[in-house]
Amino acid sequence: MGFEGSANKVAVGVVSHTGDILSNPRKTYITPPGTGFLPRETAEHHRQVILDIVQQALDEAGIAPSDLDCLCYTKGPGMGAPLVSVAVVVRMLSQIWKKPIVPVNHCVGHIEMGRVVCGAMDPVVLYVSGGNTQVIAYNERRYRIFGETIDIAVGNCLDRFAREIGLSNDPSPGYNIEQLAKKGTKYIDMPYTVKGMDISLSGIETFAKSEARTKIDAGECTAADLCYSLQETIFAMLVEITERTMAHCNANDVLIVGGVGCNVRLQEMMRVMVGERGGKLYATDDRYCIDNGAMIAYAGILAFMEGQTATMAETICTQRYRTDDVLVTWRKDK
Amino acid sequence: MGKRGFVDKHNASGAEKQQKQVDIIEKLGGYDNLVSQGAEGRVFAVKFCGRDTIVKQRFKKTYRHPTLDTKLTRSRLGMEARSMMRARKLGVATPTLYYVDQQQSAIYMEKVPGKSLKELIREDSMSEKDMEDIGAQVGKAVAKMHDGGLIHGDLTTSNILVRDDDERTVVIIDFGLASNSIIAEDKGVDLYVLERAITVTHSSQALFEHVMTAYRRASSQWSSSFNKFAEVRMRGRKRSMIG
Repeated sequence: MGFEGSANKVAVGVVSHTGDILSNPRKTYITPPGTGFLPRETAEHHRQVILDIVQQALDEAGIAPSDLDCLCYTKGPGMGAPLVSVAVVVRMLSQIWKKPIVPVNHCVGHIEMGRVVCGAMDPVVLYVSGGNTQVIAYNERRYRIFGETIDIAVGNCLDRFAREIGLSNDPSPGYNIEQLAKKGTKYIDMPYTVKGMDISLSGIETFAKSEARTKIDAGECTAADLCYSLQETIFAMLVEITERTMAHCNANDVLIVGGVGCNVRLQEMMRVMVGERGGKLYATDDRYCIDNGAMIAYAGILAFMEGQTATMAETICTQRYRTDDVLVTWRKDK
Repeated sequence: MGKRGFVDKHNASGAEKQQKQVDIIEKLGGYDNLVSQGAEGRVFAVKFCGRDTIVKQRFKKTYRHPTLDTKLTRSRLGMEARSMMRARKLGVATPTLYYVDQQQSAIYMEKVPGKSLKELIREDSMSEKDMEDIGAQVGKAVAKMHDGGLIHGDLTTSNILVRDDDERTVVIIDFGLASNSIIAEDKGVDLYVLERAITVTHSSQALFEHVMTAYRRASSQWSSSFNKFAEVRMRGRKRSMIG
């Protein structure tokens, strides 16, 4: 059983060691338009709903706590308060149910879930979410980060823009930008910042926000045009750095994970690029892309089968936990 | 014919326009001599005016918006040629530029005999002394560019060649992402990209240290660049804040 609560989603999932998902319920803390989620309020939300979600996960899977092998939770990276609120529940359940605990790196959870759901063996991974933007490839027992954002994450950039133009946070700001972008017709030139394999997004965020402030009311463009142009520009940057990593690593396949990964336009652009290189794109929908409990459970069970469990004192959380800090003992290939 | 057909697909910007253009690469038989296909474009080997020449052609990226694509291709082609010339003026070894073909988005340059630093590290054939010498040359070259206000933008080990001569001259290639800047931040990012290329892909810490030592000696502004480098590095490491 896996527990996730590193950002505004709180989720519990039950997974078998072969990657079959028995249940995967989730609840999202949604704030009013124009506002984001703050750590304290988010943690409060998680505390209020997590026990119901645990019960729901057990009911949907049709199992009793005694059928579980281990409890896996997100150790990091993420927001401190929400992470801890979930870890406390896991420590408690571990003592009641007498089950061992396995800490999981959130990013590795995304990667392993994507690999098992899509059947991708050794892809270049583009991990794009509200807090992370990384291009990752496996090399010698580590998921190495080849390119990443040098300032804010893609999802964060999109969320902040959504807040500026007052889009709803339900189901997510990114989804609403995607829908609005479909109505956009005019392409507005925006800053395009690729530095080697890394990208920078703070400049385009400021630009898009100031365009929104000055041009929408003046009737020079619509919010839809801005959403469309913002997506086109940012996603082109992401596809470019992914392609550079593929060229560098001689890889053919790409796996997209993370919340922004369910954006269909991003998947489309990536599919064109990967197709031209003769490779295959692996992408998932919102059930697995967005933070969920099953991904933590699956990454955790892989580590558990390698004998990795944590003592009560080791069940800490950390806001900063790099993807390449994890020694990937369960993969035997180079 | 097969390869030609594939190229056409990327250049399909209107049939009439195609007819008026003279495709020099085709005339030189370049499409039959594909050297490599990178992320940015294709590289062909041809004989140009009797010399061994590398032709680098940027292709249309069909995944991105046509306006954005045209803008990026045009600016990068011009910038690449200009930056290569600027680097030479600053005393950095680069391939000699022969010709720029705007219509075909192609650059013609000298073919440098030798291997890339990436190949050399993979082969593991460098002695301790080679490593020191090559590292020092790389550091010096980067320092010269930075002091002259030129940022390479893509300092990876595939873009650093070692010429096949007695001096083993380090030649810097691919100025496709180069820009002009005297801001320490940009220099720091440049060094960060280089560090990651050397240490992440090849786990070769010693080589990068030689690079940094030489950079420090050769650059008059090393201290501000290093400070920014450390800052960018920290930022990179902290980038894992929120899930």
